[in-house]
Amino acid sequence: MNLLRFFSRSPESAPAARERLQVLLAHERASTGGSDLVNKLRDEILAVISKHMKIDDEKVSVKMERGAQVSTLAVDIEIPFEAGKGTRKKAA
Amino acid sequence: MGKVIVVTSGKGGVGKTTSTAALGAALAQNGDKVVVVDFDVGLRNLDLVMGAERRVVYDLVNVIQGEAKLTQALIRDKRVETLYLLPASQTRDKDNLTPEGVEKVIAALKTAFDWVICDSPAGIESGATLAMRHADIAIVVTNPEVSSVRDSDRIIGLLDSKTVKAEKGERMDKHLLLTRYEPARAERGDMLKVDDVLEILSIPLLGIVPESMDVLRASNLGSPVTLADGASAPARAYFEAARRLKGDALPITVPGEKRGFFGKIFGRKAA
Repeated sequence: MNLLRFFSRSPESAPAARERLQVLLAHERASTGGSDLVNKLRDEILAVISKHMKIDDEKVSVKMERGAQVSTLAVDIEIPFEAGKGTRKKAA
Repeated sequence: MGKVIVVTSGKGGVGKTTSTAALGAALAQNGDKVVVVDFDVGLRNLDLVMGAERRVVYDLVNVIQGEAKLTQALIRDKRVETLYLLPASQTRDKDNLTPEGVEKVIAALKTAFDWVICDSPAGIESGATLAMRHADIAIVVTNPEVSSVRDSDRIIGLLDSKTVKAEKGERMDKHLLLTRYEPARAERGDMLKVDDVLEILSIPLLGIVPESMDVLRASNLGSPVTLADGASAPARAYFEAARRLKGDALPITVPGEKRGFFGKIFGRKAA
Protein backbone atom coordinates (compact mmCIF):
# COMPACT_ATOMS: atom_id res chain seq x y z
CA MET A 1 0.00 0.00 0.00
CA ASN A 2 1.27 3.42 -0.91
CA LEU A 3 0.54 4.95 2.46
CA LEU A 4 2.43 2.14 4.14
CA ARG A 5 5.33 2.64 1.76
CA PHE A 6 5.33 6.30 2.58
CA PHE A 7 5.71 5.71 6.30
CA SER A 8 7.94 2.67 6.35
CA ARG A 9 11.47 3.33 5.19
CA SER A 10 13.39 0.82 3.17
CA PRO A 11 16.88 0.18 4.54
CA GLU A 12 19.74 2.30 3.23
CA SER A 13 21.27 0.98 0.03
CA ALA A 14 24.32 3.23 -0.28
CA PRO A 15 26.44 1.30 2.26
CA ALA A 16 25.87 -1.87 0.22
CA ALA A 17 26.97 -0.06 -2.96
CA ARG A 18 30.07 1.18 -1.22
CA GLU A 19 31.03 -2.20 0.14
CA ARG A 20 30.41 -4.04 -3.14
CA LEU A 21 32.53 -1.52 -5.00
CA GLN A 22 35.39 -1.75 -2.54
CA VAL A 23 35.56 -5.54 -2.84
CA LEU A 24 35.15 -5.55 -6.62
CA LEU A 25 37.70 -2.84 -7.32
CA ALA A 26 40.33 -4.40 -5.09
CA HIS A 27 40.05 -7.46 -7.33
CA GLU A 28 39.93 -5.61 -10.62
CA ARG A 29 42.90 -3.42 -9.76
CA ALA A 30 44.92 -6.51 -8.92
CA SER A 31 44.06 -8.28 -12.16
CA THR A 32 44.50 -5.38 -14.57
CA GLY A 33 47.30 -3.50 -12.85
CA GLY A 34 49.23 -6.56 -11.75
CA SER A 35 49.35 -8.58 -14.97
CA ASP A 36 52.45 -6.79 -16.12
CA LEU A 37 54.25 -7.54 -12.88
CA VAL A 38 53.33 -11.21 -13.07
CA ASN A 39 54.70 -11.45 -16.61
CA LYS A 40 57.94 -9.78 -15.59
CA LEU A 41 58.32 -12.09 -12.62
CA ARG A 42 57.66 -15.09 -14.82
CA ASP A 43 60.35 -14.09 -17.32
CA GLU A 44 62.93 -13.36 -14.65
CA ILE A 45 62.27 -16.52 -12.67
CA LEU A 46 62.55 -18.48 -15.90
CA ALA A 47 65.87 -16.81 -16.72
CA VAL A 48 67.36 -17.59 -13.30
CA ILE A 49 66.33 -21.22 -13.35
CA SER A 50 67.43 -21.86 -16.93
CA LYS A 51 70.95 -20.84 -15.91
CA HIS A 52 71.15 -24.00 -13.85
CA MET A 53 68.88 -26.49 -15.52
CA LYS A 54 66.93 -27.00 -18.70
CA ILE A 55 63.26 -26.27 -18.28
CA ASP A 56 60.35 -25.90 -20.61
CA ASP A 57 58.90 -22.35 -20.89
CA GLU A 58 55.43 -23.75 -21.04
CA LYS A 59 55.78 -25.63 -17.79
CA VAL A 60 56.17 -22.56 -15.62
CA SER A 61 53.17 -20.93 -14.08
CA VAL A 62 53.20 -17.80 -11.96
CA LYS A 63 50.03 -16.75 -10.20
CA MET A 64 49.38 -13.76 -8.04
CA GLU A 65 46.34 -13.78 -5.83
CA ARG A 66 45.31 -10.81 -3.80
CA GLY A 67 43.16 -11.17 -0.75
CA ALA A 68 41.97 -8.52 1.65
CA GLN A 69 44.74 -9.17 4.17
CA VAL A 70 47.54 -10.95 2.32
CA SER A 71 48.58 -11.59 -1.24
CA THR A 72 50.16 -14.84 -2.33
CA LEU A 73 52.51 -15.48 -5.19
CA ALA A 74 52.43 -19.06 -6.38
CA VAL A 75 55.20 -20.30 -8.66
CA ASP A 76 54.80 -23.73 -10.15
CA ILE A 77 57.70 -25.11 -12.17
CA GLU A 78 57.94 -28.52 -13.72
CA ILE A 79 61.50 -29.83 -13.81
CA PRO A 80 62.04 -32.77 -16.15
CA PHE A 81 64.53 -35.58 -15.41
CA GLU A 82 66.72 -36.68 -18.29
CA ALA A 83 64.59 -39.82 -18.42
CA GLY A 84 61.56 -37.68 -19.06
CA LYS A 85 59.89 -38.50 -15.75
CA GLY A 86 58.59 -35.26 -14.33
CA THR A 87 58.87 -34.13 -10.80
CA ARG A 88 57.11 -31.08 -9.53
CA LYS A 89 58.60 -28.63 -7.20
CA LYS A 90 56.34 -26.11 -5.63
CA ALA A 91 57.22 -22.85 -4.03
CA ALA A 92 54.77 -20.36 -2.64
CA MET B 1 51.86 27.10 -24.07
CA GLY B 2 48.34 25.96 -23.23
CA LYS B 3 47.24 23.11 -21.01
CA VAL B 4 45.51 20.05 -22.42
CA ILE B 5 42.59 18.65 -20.42
CA VAL B 6 40.77 15.41 -21.14
CA VAL B 7 37.21 15.04 -19.88
CA THR B 8 36.67 11.31 -19.57
CA SER B 9 34.65 8.69 -17.67
CA GLY B 10 34.50 5.28 -19.30
CA LYS B 11 30.75 5.12 -18.87
CA GLY B 12 28.44 6.97 -21.22
CA GLY B 13 25.78 9.46 -20.20
CA VAL B 14 27.45 10.69 -17.03
CA GLY B 15 27.95 14.25 -18.28
CA LYS B 16 31.26 14.45 -20.16
CA THR B 17 29.94 16.62 -22.97
CA THR B 18 27.88 18.83 -20.67
CA SER B 19 30.91 19.29 -18.43
CA THR B 20 33.27 19.98 -21.34
CA ALA B 21 30.95 22.71 -22.63
CA ALA B 22 30.29 24.21 -19.19
CA LEU B 23 33.94 24.23 -18.06
CA GLY B 24 35.15 25.47 -21.44
CA ALA B 25 32.66 28.33 -21.37
CA ALA B 26 33.42 29.12 -17.71
CA LEU B 27 37.15 29.41 -18.43
CA ALA B 28 36.49 31.52 -21.54
CA GLN B 29 34.05 33.76 -19.67
CA ASN B 30 36.98 34.66 -17.42
CA GLY B 31 38.93 35.76 -20.48
CA ASP B 32 41.06 32.69 -21.17
CA LYS B 33 41.37 31.45 -24.72
CA VAL B 34 39.69 28.05 -24.85
CA VAL B 35 39.06 25.40 -27.48
CA VAL B 36 36.77 22.44 -26.82
CA VAL B 37 37.54 19.43 -29.01
CA ASP B 38 35.01 16.68 -29.71
CA PHE B 39 36.73 13.27 -29.94
CA ASP B 40 33.52 11.31 -30.30
CA VAL B 41 33.92 10.60 -34.01
CA GLY B 42 30.72 9.22 -35.48
CA LEU B 43 28.57 10.30 -32.53
CA ARG B 44 29.41 13.96 -32.13
CA ASN B 45 27.29 15.99 -29.76
CA LEU B 46 29.46 18.76 -28.40
CA ASP B 47 28.39 20.94 -31.36
CA LEU B 48 24.75 20.44 -30.37
CA VAL B 49 25.30 21.18 -26.67
CA MET B 50 27.27 24.30 -27.66
CA GLY B 51 24.54 25.40 -30.08
CA ALA B 52 26.87 25.32 -33.09
CA GLU B 53 25.41 22.33 -34.94
CA ARG B 54 24.44 24.36 -37.99
CA ARG B 55 27.83 26.00 -38.32
CA VAL B 56 29.93 22.85 -38.74
CA VAL B 57 31.71 22.83 -42.10
CA TYR B 58 34.95 20.98 -41.47
CA ASP B 59 35.86 18.73 -38.56
CA LEU B 60 38.72 17.06 -36.70
CA VAL B 61 38.92 14.17 -39.19
CA ASN B 62 39.13 16.61 -42.14
CA VAL B 63 42.04 18.36 -40.43
CA ILE B 64 43.84 15.09 -39.65
CA GLN B 65 43.39 13.82 -43.20
CA GLY B 66 44.67 17.10 -44.62
CA GLU B 67 41.35 18.03 -46.25
CA ALA B 68 41.02 21.26 -44.30
CA LYS B 69 43.20 23.62 -42.33
CA LEU B 70 42.80 23.81 -38.59
CA THR B 71 41.66 27.45 -38.85
CA GLN B 72 38.89 26.42 -41.26
CA ALA B 73 37.54 23.78 -38.89
CA LEU B 74 37.52 25.91 -35.73
CA ILE B 75 34.15 27.46 -34.90
CA ARG B 76 34.11 30.62 -32.84
CA ASP B 77 31.37 30.85 -30.23
CA LYS B 78 28.81 33.60 -30.89
CA ARG B 79 28.46 34.53 -27.21
CA VAL B 80 31.98 34.31 -25.79
CA GLU B 81 34.63 35.47 -28.22
CA THR B 82 37.54 33.56 -26.67
CA LEU B 83 35.69 30.24 -26.92
CA TYR B 84 36.16 27.92 -29.91
CA LEU B 85 34.89 24.49 -30.91
CA LEU B 86 36.63 21.83 -32.99
CA PRO B 87 33.84 19.41 -33.93
CA ALA B 88 34.15 15.68 -34.59
CA SER B 89 33.07 14.04 -37.81
CA GLN B 90 29.57 12.61 -37.85
CA THR B 91 29.92 10.46 -40.95
CA ARG B 92 33.23 8.66 -40.42
CA ASP B 93 34.36 6.41 -37.61
CA LYS B 94 37.08 6.56 -34.99
CA ASP B 95 39.58 4.67 -37.15
CA ASN B 96 40.06 7.90 -39.06
CA LEU B 97 41.83 9.34 -36.02
CA THR B 98 45.52 8.50 -36.32
CA PRO B 99 47.87 8.88 -33.34
CA GLU B 100 50.23 11.07 -35.42
CA GLY B 101 47.37 13.23 -36.69
CA VAL B 102 45.96 13.76 -33.21
CA GLU B 103 49.41 14.64 -31.88
CA LYS B 104 49.89 17.30 -34.58
CA VAL B 105 46.46 18.88 -34.03
CA ILE B 106 46.89 19.00 -30.24
CA ALA B 107 50.38 20.48 -30.58
CA ALA B 108 49.05 23.21 -32.89
CA LEU B 109 46.09 23.99 -30.60
CA LYS B 110 48.38 24.24 -27.55
CA THR B 111 50.33 27.05 -29.11
CA ALA B 112 47.19 29.09 -29.87
CA PHE B 113 45.00 28.48 -26.80
CA ASP B 114 45.33 28.64 -23.01
CA TRP B 115 43.16 25.54 -22.61
CA VAL B 116 42.55 22.64 -24.99
CA ILE B 117 39.66 20.60 -23.57
CA CYS B 118 39.16 17.18 -25.15
CA ASP B 119 35.71 15.63 -24.81
CA SER B 120 36.36 11.88 -24.77
CA PRO B 121 33.95 9.32 -26.19
CA ALA B 122 32.61 6.69 -23.77
CA GLY B 123 34.35 3.34 -23.61
CA ILE B 124 38.01 2.38 -23.46
CA GLU B 125 38.72 1.94 -27.16
CA SER B 126 40.98 3.96 -29.44
CA GLY B 127 38.77 7.06 -29.47
CA ALA B 128 38.98 7.32 -25.69
CA THR B 129 42.68 6.48 -25.45
CA LEU B 130 43.53 9.01 -28.18
CA ALA B 131 41.52 11.70 -26.42
CA MET B 132 43.53 11.18 -23.21
CA ARG B 133 46.89 10.51 -24.87
CA HIS B 134 48.33 14.06 -24.80
CA ALA B 135 46.54 15.38 -21.72
CA ASP B 136 48.30 17.30 -18.95
CA ILE B 137 45.22 17.16 -16.74
CA ALA B 138 42.41 14.59 -16.61
CA ILE B 139 38.91 15.30 -15.36
CA VAL B 140 37.15 12.06 -14.48
CA VAL B 141 33.40 12.64 -14.60
CA THR B 142 31.58 10.28 -12.25
CA ASN B 143 28.00 9.80 -11.08
CA PRO B 144 27.42 8.55 -7.54
CA GLU B 145 26.31 5.16 -8.83
CA VAL B 146 28.10 1.78 -8.87
CA SER B 147 28.63 1.28 -12.61
CA SER B 148 29.95 4.79 -13.12
CA VAL B 149 32.38 4.49 -10.20
CA ARG B 150 33.65 1.15 -11.47
CA ASP B 151 34.24 2.52 -14.98
CA SER B 152 35.96 5.59 -13.58
CA ASP B 153 38.34 3.35 -11.68
CA ARG B 154 39.17 1.58 -14.93
CA ILE B 155 39.75 4.89 -16.71
CA ILE B 156 42.05 6.07 -13.90
CA GLY B 157 44.11 2.93 -14.54
CA LEU B 158 44.35 3.83 -18.25
CA LEU B 159 45.29 7.43 -17.46
CA ASP B 160 48.17 6.09 -15.39
CA SER B 161 49.42 3.76 -18.13
CA LYS B 162 48.35 4.78 -21.64
CA THR B 163 49.11 8.49 -21.72
CA VAL B 164 52.28 10.21 -22.91
CA LYS B 165 52.76 11.58 -19.40
CA ALA B 166 52.52 8.13 -17.82
CA GLU B 167 54.86 6.62 -20.39
CA LYS B 168 57.45 9.26 -19.55
CA GLY B 169 57.15 8.23 -15.92
CA GLU B 170 55.40 11.45 -14.93
CA ARG B 171 52.34 11.69 -12.75
CA MET B 172 49.06 12.38 -14.52
CA ASP B 173 47.15 15.16 -12.81
CA LYS B 174 43.69 13.63 -12.21
CA HIS B 175 40.59 15.28 -10.79
CA LEU B 176 37.18 13.95 -9.92
CA LEU B 177 34.09 15.82 -11.06
CA LEU B 178 31.06 14.33 -9.36
CA THR B 179 27.95 15.03 -11.42
CA ARG B 180 24.21 14.40 -11.06
CA TYR B 181 24.62 14.43 -7.30
CA GLU B 182 21.40 14.44 -5.31
CA PRO B 183 22.09 15.61 -1.77
CA ALA B 184 18.70 14.58 -0.42
CA ARG B 185 19.07 11.01 -1.65
CA ALA B 186 22.64 10.80 -0.39
CA GLU B 187 21.43 12.09 2.97
CA ARG B 188 18.79 9.35 3.12
CA GLY B 189 21.44 6.73 2.42
CA ASP B 190 20.09 5.87 -1.01
CA MET B 191 22.97 7.34 -2.98
CA LEU B 192 26.73 7.09 -2.54
CA LYS B 193 27.99 10.13 -0.66
CA VAL B 194 30.78 12.40 -1.89
CA ASP B 195 33.17 10.92 0.66
CA ASP B 196 32.33 7.35 -0.39
CA VAL B 197 33.24 8.06 -4.01
CA LEU B 198 36.37 9.98 -3.00
CA GLU B 199 37.53 7.19 -0.75
CA ILE B 200 36.99 4.53 -3.41
CA LEU B 201 38.60 6.40 -6.30
CA SER B 202 41.16 8.34 -4.21
CA ILE B 203 41.75 11.24 -6.58
CA PRO B 204 41.24 14.89 -5.58
CA LEU B 205 37.82 16.48 -6.03
CA LEU B 206 37.38 19.24 -8.61
CA GLY B 207 33.72 19.89 -7.92
CA ILE B 208 30.26 18.55 -7.24
CA VAL B 209 27.55 19.31 -9.78
CA PRO B 210 24.05 18.72 -8.43
CA GLU B 211 21.38 16.97 -10.50
CA SER B 212 19.40 19.82 -11.97
CA MET B 213 16.74 20.76 -14.48
CA ASP B 214 18.97 23.67 -15.48
CA VAL B 215 21.40 21.30 -17.20
CA LEU B 216 18.68 19.85 -19.43
CA ARG B 217 17.25 23.30 -20.10
CA ALA B 218 20.67 24.58 -21.15
CA SER B 219 21.25 21.68 -23.54
CA ASN B 220 17.76 22.15 -24.99
CA LEU B 221 18.77 25.71 -25.81
CA GLY B 222 22.20 24.77 -27.11
CA SER B 223 24.03 26.73 -24.49
CA PRO B 224 26.61 25.66 -21.91
CA VAL B 225 24.89 25.87 -18.52
CA THR B 226 27.37 28.52 -17.34
CA LEU B 227 26.10 30.76 -20.16
CA ALA B 228 22.42 29.81 -20.08
CA ASP B 229 21.95 30.57 -16.39
CA GLY B 230 25.12 31.63 -14.63
CA ALA B 231 23.40 31.85 -11.25
CA SER B 232 22.00 28.30 -11.28
CA ALA B 233 23.45 25.69 -8.91
CA PRO B 234 25.18 23.62 -11.62
CA ALA B 235 26.63 26.75 -13.25
CA ARG B 236 28.06 27.88 -9.92
CA ALA B 237 29.61 24.45 -9.43
CA TYR B 238 31.24 24.64 -12.88
CA PHE B 239 32.50 28.20 -12.29
CA GLU B 240 34.12 27.04 -9.06
CA ALA B 241 35.63 23.99 -10.76
CA ALA B 242 37.08 26.27 -13.45
CA ARG B 243 38.68 28.45 -10.78
CA ARG B 244 40.19 25.37 -9.13
CA LEU B 245 41.65 24.34 -12.49
CA LYS B 246 43.39 27.71 -12.54
CA GLY B 247 44.91 26.96 -9.16
CA ASP B 248 42.51 28.70 -6.76
CA ALA B 249 42.28 26.78 -3.50
CA LEU B 250 38.52 27.24 -3.11
CA PRO B 251 36.74 25.17 -0.48
CA ILE B 252 34.38 22.61 -2.03
CA THR B 253 30.69 23.29 -1.54
CA VAL B 254 28.64 20.17 -1.05
CA PRO B 255 25.21 20.97 -2.51
CA GLY B 256 22.33 20.81 -0.10
CA GLU B 257 24.35 21.16 3.07
CA LYS B 258 22.38 24.25 3.95
CA ARG B 259 18.79 23.30 3.44
CA GLY B 260 16.05 25.79 3.96
CA PHE B 261 12.75 25.35 5.72
CA PHE B 262 10.84 24.24 2.62
CA GLY B 263 13.67 21.98 1.54
CA LYS B 264 13.49 20.18 4.87
CA ILE B 265 9.77 19.72 4.67
CA PHE B 266 9.37 18.70 1.06
CA GLY B 267 12.77 17.21 0.34
CA ARG B 268 14.46 18.13 -2.86
CA LYS B 269 13.66 16.64 -6.23
CA ALA B 270 16.25 18.78 -7.98
CA ALA B 271 18.67 21.40 -6.82
